[in-house]
Amino acid sequence: MANESRIPIRTTADIVTARQKGRILAMELGFDGSDLTVIATAISEVARNIIDHAKSGEVIITRGNQGGKRGICVVAHDSGPGIADVEQAMQYGYSTRNGLGIGLPGAKLLMDEFNISSVAGQGTTITMRKWRH
Amino acid sequence: MRVPILKQGDYLIASVQSVLSDDDLQLLRDDLADRVGRFRSRGVIIDVTVLDVIDSFATRTLRAIAHMLKLRGAHTVIVGIQPDVAFAMVQLGLTLAGVGTALDLEEGLEYLGGRAHRLHEHRSFGSREEDRLGHPLRTGRHSHEHHSSRPRDEDENDHPGHASQRSLEYGQ
Repeated sequence: MANESRIPIRTTADIVTARQKGRILAMELGFDGSDLTVIATAISEVARNIIDHAKSGEVIITRGNQGGKRGICVVAHDSGPGIADVEQAMQYGYSTRNGLGIGLPGAKLLMDEFNISSVAGQGTTITMRKWRH
Repeated sequence: MRVPILKQGDYLIASVQSVLSDDDLQLLRDDLADRVGRFRSRGVIIDVTVLDVIDSFATRTLRAIAHMLKLRGAHTVIVGIQPDVAFAMVQLGLTLAGVGTALDLEEGLEYLGGRAHRLHEHRSFGSREEDRLGHPLRTGRHSHEHHSSRPRDEDENDHPGHASQRSLEYGQ
């Protein structure tokens, strides 16, 4: 059991690969039912954010144990332009493009923990976790 | 992978066969826009049964397809959204407002109306005796009561997600 997947994100096909690998790893970590779909959907949103804003980056999916809690950890990292106003980007329905503005705030709704750090000119790192209940 | 599109009478049936990338979805949009004009189609069914994720981009594209085809004179119905997918969509706050949804291909055809209905009966006429008498598994389901004597040639698998998928039928 590898318990870690690193998926380079360069094309929209990589978004599909990332969410498929995420689903498999989540299954290995003991998630089942709708949690698998919820995790895969959240991965899809953060991977797409990489394509849309930074062109390329990577998604790293690992075992996310912390204290007594067991779960999955997803990190989406890029070295793109960064997000100028993170607070605004996390507002549900706000979009800089022709989108729904649901991607990142949506991923936050789907997961138990969601952190985003972005530095202008250096890139964006999103770390999100879901615990097994 | 390109989604195959079948023509059946006045309708087009786009049956998604594998997971779709964003590019595949946009290709589907372009293919449908083209064929609705070419075949003068009145209705389009998009079967998404195999999709294990419908995220914000997929929802936006499906909605755009439906609204675009409406402007071209065709109604669209999305069929086969799985229960877990529906659950994740609701959590994300995604809706298919203004877009028809149905449980499966059979109900999608019914949704689109009479002509496919007649073709459907013709195709399966005399095929299975118990179907003509109404399938016992279906009799307790209100959505089927009004046509319980109609012949059916689709598979008889019950879909556990019936209720949750129904809840997606906003705006109709």
